Amino acid sequence: MTAVGTTSNARGDLMFSGRTMPRSAPLIVIVGGLVLAGLLTAVGLGPVASIILGVIAVDIALPVWTAVVVNRRAATDRLVTCLVWTALLCAMAPLVWLLVTTLVSGIPAITVHFLTHDMQTKLNPVTFKMESGGGVLHALIGTLLVTFGAIVISVPLGLMCAIYLVEYGRGKQLPRMVTLLVDVMTGIPSIVAGLFALALFAQFGGIGTRMGVMGSVALSLLMIPTVVRSTEEMIRLVPDDLREAAYALGVSRWRTIVKVVLPTSIGGIVTGVMLAISRVIGETAPLLVAIGSIDVIQTNLFSGRIQTLPVFIMTEYETSTPQGYAFAWGGALLLIAIVMVLNIIARIIGSIFAPKISG
Amino acid sequence: MSVTRERPPIVEEPGSDPFVASSRRRRAIGDRIFSSTALAAGLTILIALAAVFIFLISQGARGFHADPEVYQPAANNFFSYAAKLLFGTALSSLLAMIIAVPFAIGLALFISHYAPRRIAVPVAYVIDILAAVPSVIYGLWGARTLAPASHGLQTWLNAHLGWIPLFGGQISATGRTMLIAAIVLAIMVLPISTAICREVFQRTPKLLEEAALGLGATRWEMIRYAVFPHARSGMVAGMMLGLGRALGETMAVAMVLSASPQVTFKLLTSDNPATIASNIAANYQAEDVRIQTVLIATGLVLFVFTFLVNFVARAIVARSERRFA
Repeated sequence: MTAVGTTSNARGDLMFSGRTMPRSAPLIVIVGGLVLAGLLTAVGLGPVASIILGVIAVDIALPVWTAVVVNRRAATDRLVTCLVWTALLCAMAPLVWLLVTTLVSGIPAITVHFLTHDMQTKLNPVTFKMESGGGVLHALIGTLLVTFGAIVISVPLGLMCAIYLVEYGRGKQLPRMVTLLVDVMTGIPSIVAGLFALALFAQFGGIGTRMGVMGSVALSLLMIPTVVRSTEEMIRLVPDDLREAAYALGVSRWRTIVKVVLPTSIGGIVTGVMLAISRVIGETAPLLVAIGSIDVIQTNLFSGRIQTLPVFIMTEYETSTPQGYAFAWGGALLLIAIVMVLNIIARIIGSIFAPKISG
Repeated sequence: MSVTRERPPIVEEPGSDPFVASSRRRRAIGDRIFSSTALAAGLTILIALAAVFIFLISQGARGFHADPEVYQPAANNFFSYAAKLLFGTALSSLLAMIIAVPFAIGLALFISHYAPRRIAVPVAYVIDILAAVPSVIYGLWGARTLAPASHGLQTWLNAHLGWIPLFGGQISATGRTMLIAAIVLAIMVLPISTAICREVFQRTPKLLEEAALGLGATRWEMIRYAVFPHARSGMVAGMMLGLGRALGETMAVAMVLSASPQVTFKLLTSDNPATIASNIAANYQAEDVRIQTVLIATGLVLFVFTFLVNFVARAIVARSERRFA
């Protein structure tokens, strides 16, 4: 960071200044900050507070040192560099904290029993006592079904919409409008999507209707914009040469799209769809409002409530018992694992099928 | 060549060869079906957005003038009820933005201008992970981990800065306060704001940056005089998209706060203003149909609100994209 030289003023050192900072200055100050944090902990301050004070000390010491040795402009530059790195630390901290907490609190809850039972309270035939099922199976099944419903609705629709935007809509007014509205749709609050499903089905079945498919409708409203945007980008990447070659062979337009354009961009499309799935699979609010929650396994999307994993976490959290919290963390760990696996698979597929277009 | 002579081009003699004619007709029909399906899909997007409006209005209309008892104890009519909820929504989102904006700009600068490329790509990826974590888990973490852990900090703020009305009042024993809700919201809006800012920062013409450096500017001066002016509209859009997300976020607020519609600026007490979204999530199970219609009506207010924020933000982004394309 502190390269001294007359050629590289991009590093923040001024060429015409006589004196420069030693190359190891940041290292020295950071070590100093760590020592300070250690001392503060030894004195009896909490570890988090010590680290924060240590970071602040580094953020002050380095610019001040620069101001003394070089000049004010270099010091300002150094201050901003320090702040940018501090911002990075501050943003990483909650993520690491959240992931570690979920792992630590979630692992004890995950047992074979947890994964193979639902929450129904049953009479134990041995002890003759009513016992809670203590499992998450019903929520896992429900999440899979409702998400599957959302995929069935939104993938064909999103795909066709993207094809329309790219293949049929070049330079027209309506497609530009659709693109803007798709972007706006990305920002629809998820709970509004849930209310929409509620209102839509209330129109036909009366208010208070609850069905799994309502959740699918709500989720697809959130999923379609993501699918459209990613598919659109991928289809746009297909070179026009390929289309023209197909037309020249007398292939009709729609067959060109189905046989040439889509196969070329399929990797990117699948990646986009999987990222969209990983986005909606953790949605809670719309499912809470549209489907509600239930304790037993339910596999019919068209009748009654279905439990889903995010709603399971929410309802277990609301029990406010230690057992409930443990179940909630277990569910959270499962959910985060599902989302991360989907993300990783999507990225692997994306990198395997990455369009190899040479310029 | 010989092939063309044996079978003349179809354009010249349409219909002369029954096979060619039927294949042409098939092709035309196939094309027409496919293109109209695509058009229908595009129109469905417009219809879906319109349907959200229409169904929320048709089901929520009665919520605008329900019996006063439905709005009790928070208010007597819909408008003061919705105004109180809007206050909570705006307060939590604005606080979240105040916390998030400096970090979003810092992180975006880190990825676009400060980090070595080897670090920049993984950092951008990690920020994406931050966006992928489901909101219910943020809520759980905020309520069960962050709130108790920050109790000391909140006590300190209350004791030493209690003279500022924001930090005054009877401090909450659980730590589940507006301040924590805002911090969790800030973490959640960070990815989208960072992503947009990063994009516009990276779009600064290299020539401008190099010219600034060539004139002897430090890196910060280059960013301040070349990057920021160029990226201003994009930064505003990024912040507005973040704001849109914060306005509509439900679970984090609903799980961290036990709230009711009210107007209070005290951030550290256990008596907190509810947001529109968290109020819906808290009361959706109400048996009373009238309450459900009121909730749908407040949802409509939220939708219009976020729609406008997002529309303006996206229009700004689209304009700056066209300008720099």
